[in-house]
Amino acid sequence: MILHRCVIVSILCKFRLHLKGFVIMFSAIKPSIQSICFSHAVFLSLQDCTFFTRKEILRLHGRYHELAPHLVPMDYTNEPDCKIPLALIVNMPELKENPFRNRIVESFSEDGMGNLSFNEFVDMFSVLSEMAPRELKAIYAFKIYDFNVDNYLCKEDLEKTLNKLTKEELTPEEVELVCEKTIEEADLDGDHKLSFADFENMISRAPDFLSTFHIRI
Amino acid sequence: MRRKTKLPGGVEEQTGRSWPRNVVAMMMRMKARMSLLRGREEEQPIRRKEAKPRTVMRRTVMWGKERRERREEGRKERRRKKKRRPRVRRTPLNSLTVVYAGFDSVCPFLPSSSDSNSNSSEEEESMSEGEMARLMEEVEEKKKLIANIRNKPWRMQRRLKLLKEAQEFVDKFEGALGKGKGRKWYAYKVMMTKKWIKFQRDFENFRTACIPWERKIKEVESHFGSSVASYFIFLRWMYGMNLVLFGFTFGLVVIPEVLMGLPYGSIPRKTVPRAEQDTAQDYSVLMDFNGYCKYSVLFYGYYNDQRTVGVLKFRLPLSYLMVGIGTFGYSLMLVIRTMAKNADVGGGDGEDSDFTFAWKMFTSWDYLIGNAETADNKYASITTSFKESIVDEQENQKDENIHLRRFLRVLANFLITCSLGGSGYLIYFVVKRSQEFATRDDLSWYEKNEMEIVMSLLGLVCPPLFETIAELEDYHPRIALKWQLGRIFALFLGNLYTFLFALFDEVNTKLEEEQSIKNASIWAMKEYYANYSRLMNDSEATPPPMDPADVIRGPCWETAVGIEFVKLTVSDIQVSYLTILIGDFARAVIVRFLNYCWCWDLEAGFPSYGEFDISGNVLGLVFNQGMIWMGAFYAPGLVGINVLRLLSSMYYQCWAVMATNVPHERVFKASKSNNFYMGLLLLVLFLSLLPVVYTIMTLPPSFDCGPFSGKDKMFDIIMETIDLDLPAFMGTLFSYAANPGLIIPAVLLMVLAIYYLNSVSEAYQNSNMELKKKMKMARDEEKNRRNNADTTNQVMKDLEDLLPNRSLIPPAPPEPEKPPEQEPKPKPTKTKPGTAGKGVNLQKDVALASSNPNARGPVSRPPGPRGPGPGPGAGPGRGRGRGPPPR
Repeated sequence: MILHRCVIVSILCKFRLHLKGFVIMFSAIKPSIQSICFSHAVFLSLQDCTFFTRKEILRLHGRYHELAPHLVPMDYTNEPDCKIPLALIVNMPELKENPFRNRIVESFSEDGMGNLSFNEFVDMFSVLSEMAPRELKAIYAFKIYDFNVDNYLCKEDLEKTLNKLTKEELTPEEVELVCEKTIEEADLDGDHKLSFADFENMISRAPDFLSTFHIRI
Repeated sequence: MRRKTKLPGGVEEQTGRSWPRNVVAMMMRMKARMSLLRGREEEQPIRRKEAKPRTVMRRTVMWGKERRERREEGRKERRRKKKRRPRVRRTPLNSLTVVYAGFDSVCPFLPSSSDSNSNSSEEEESMSEGEMARLMEEVEEKKKLIANIRNKPWRMQRRLKLLKEAQEFVDKFEGALGKGKGRKWYAYKVMMTKKWIKFQRDFENFRTACIPWERKIKEVESHFGSSVASYFIFLRWMYGMNLVLFGFTFGLVVIPEVLMGLPYGSIPRKTVPRAEQDTAQDYSVLMDFNGYCKYSVLFYGYYNDQRTVGVLKFRLPLSYLMVGIGTFGYSLMLVIRTMAKNADVGGGDGEDSDFTFAWKMFTSWDYLIGNAETADNKYASITTSFKESIVDEQENQKDENIHLRRFLRVLANFLITCSLGGSGYLIYFVVKRSQEFATRDDLSWYEKNEMEIVMSLLGLVCPPLFETIAELEDYHPRIALKWQLGRIFALFLGNLYTFLFALFDEVNTKLEEEQSIKNASIWAMKEYYANYSRLMNDSEATPPPMDPADVIRGPCWETAVGIEFVKLTVSDIQVSYLTILIGDFARAVIVRFLNYCWCWDLEAGFPSYGEFDISGNVLGLVFNQGMIWMGAFYAPGLVGINVLRLLSSMYYQCWAVMATNVPHERVFKASKSNNFYMGLLLLVLFLSLLPVVYTIMTLPPSFDCGPFSGKDKMFDIIMETIDLDLPAFMGTLFSYAANPGLIIPAVLLMVLAIYYLNSVSEAYQNSNMELKKKMKMARDEEKNRRNNADTTNQVMKDLEDLLPNRSLIPPAPPEPEKPPEQEPKPKPTKTKPGTAGKGVNLQKDVALASSNPNARGPVSRPPGPRGPGPGPGAGPGRGRGRGPPPR
């Protein structure tokens, strides 16, 4: 009996929370984006899956909608299936100046081409947020720097990274030297490319990794 | 097994019942396979409806008739069940990625038992302990998954799906766990946990919604990089802390006094004296915080020494003292906690130079940058830093002129010490002079405000001077910033303490003065009464009380000190705002608009735009906070002023930095310097705690103003409360506690505890270092082993060592040579890898060899010259797999 009661109570609670959620939502959002609608369950699951709070998710959705108002519907209650192409996303002010913007978007997209659904979009900023743990960040950093998607950072990847970092202002010899040194420093298994284990070992001791691999949205 | 077949009477019944149930279960399983995702709740009622009548029917019809047959049947069934059981058991243990269908199809047992057991207690037994435990484990696992799903590097789609499944699973089964009485408890617990999580999340939502200026700081951050933003984050933190202090001070001291205390003009301390009344409303007087300001709730002197105020019997003097001390207590706690948290977050230390290039490559880009100009600067600085380390690499010891640099650094420090001393003396001189001025009336505006002006000017002139001097030293900007911070800090601190000592001089003279005034005041009072009775010729008549404005009063040194601090704070605010307005804004306007008609490019050339001065601003903030801490006891209103200041400066500086400043030329990251700020703050807190505690403990409070008037010492109020308000035994308790016989052991115990904790932490540090060393060694070893794995390296080397020409080398005895070889073992890694082509290879091989017991041989090689080229003995096996040094 008590179980049934519990169930009923919890159902009631849920219902009330639903109501509360909507009330909070409508009171919190500015009138301009008032019509954004999420079901409560979506909120909950997104909050469970990311490091964001409700407010941030709403803000993210606002940003997402801004990117392509004609593609993204306001109403997200039944989770429409829409994706924004890479070209639009990399123009966000947060990413615009980033030399790795294309790689970031590509590595978070399911198809690898840089088309992001809203869920992936949230995922991207969740990983890049302040609260994400170092291990998670390391995995995605590795993906980002892995230009040719072969699960290794080989010399080619490093050269690309370096050229992007310095806007190709180093001479080829210097680039060569730096890449050699990088591999020499971090390569544990002597295969002349960095596997994820190498990369993680290296990045886990970097003092600045957490503070720099971080985008505030 | 889950049925207790031993029960004599239960056998038939059991088999009778279990048979239809199994049939139904099988049917259900089929159904479930077809409709995978249908909710469990739908299925249950049907099953039960079907099951019940059939059992009854069977029982009535077959009672005693074909017992054996049925018993056999039952046995068969049981056997069948046994066969099936493993599936039941195994599936929950499988990982969550198990196909849901498979799981669902097996499940009907479990919920059926759980569901119907609310009806019959017998069926409760149907789930055995082991199964229950397993289910529980599984539920726990799922819960853990739900909690940690955000840390999994999966695609969002998959994450959402798994989350949903896990949640469904938990929802479905966690109610089924626990049994008998435990079940209710379990269900309750589960519900409460859910609610708790829900509450936590809502609270978290609320909390983040309450954090102000997130967007503003983000904007600044994207323009100027994290170092400038760290200042604003610090400012925000400071604002939060001050808001709490403000709440305490106003809620517990100021507002009770205003609401429940005596009104203005009722007693002397709350009235402007007759002599000052004419000028008490003049603007200039008010700006000096004299006149009405001085006799207002802002300052110590206004508070009355009534033990309790209002109908609530609020003990205002006690609360005043408690808030004064509590301010420090709270601030200390907060600063230390924040520091500890920051220290916790800061990961590995950056001193390892193992990964110079790798770290530069992968962590030098600041992903926060969202501004084109900053990004350009960042590109440039990254390129420079790469070039620098390449140069470092090519000539590892480029400090050939180390003596010159050392000399310059010493010189710079000498100069700075000189200017620090000079400024200290200047302030002392000025304060002394101001005491002289205080006795005179014919003062010009400059003479009146000399001290504030000099202090502000010093604060303006010295930091740039230090910066100029610091250029001699040529440090990395991050280190330079710390030095700069430290120096300005010393300057401010020196100034503050000189100021304090001068203030103490003043207080002492005031205290002497007070003694005479006290007598005069009492005498005047007597005189007044005497005169009154003489005039009225009636000694019986009680004279009307003297007009509070006419009473002679003491100098009230506490209020004087409070006024000094408030004046200092306000002038500090004015100066810093004016500096921004003139130094940044006017400069930017001139540079921007005069550039159209000027001979050279103003924007790129000489004046250019200002850079945001992080060190100066941070220290200004810290120093200001120190003044607040010191002054808050004597001027409760100071906290309010400070809150206003921080609030306005947040907006003002955000605007100023965005509108008028340009990003730093060498954008650098603020790595952990937040804790550095906190450290400064802690130091300032401690230093500002000293004088306040000193005055509370030693100086006698003024006799006619403030909440402690009439007491010998301020803290007597505590004694009084203990004596009068607490029960007697508490008093004796306190007297025991204050006994030196108890305090000395307590202090001793604390010292011992500190010593113990210190040694423990040292031991941890040591073991940490050991582990680090080991890791490094392991890494080197691993690297070398892998590097040379393609050859039959060890054997080759051993052979090599046995080569005859080895023995021709001057006999270096292996035993004494070992320590020097092992000592510099960290060396090969410390000199940046690849210092000089193959030199490193050689060294590393040696390190490897010596760490390998089989290959102790190479140690016998003379440790002396290890030139860049491989020695004559270096075989082809050395450094294989690395290629020639790329030059």
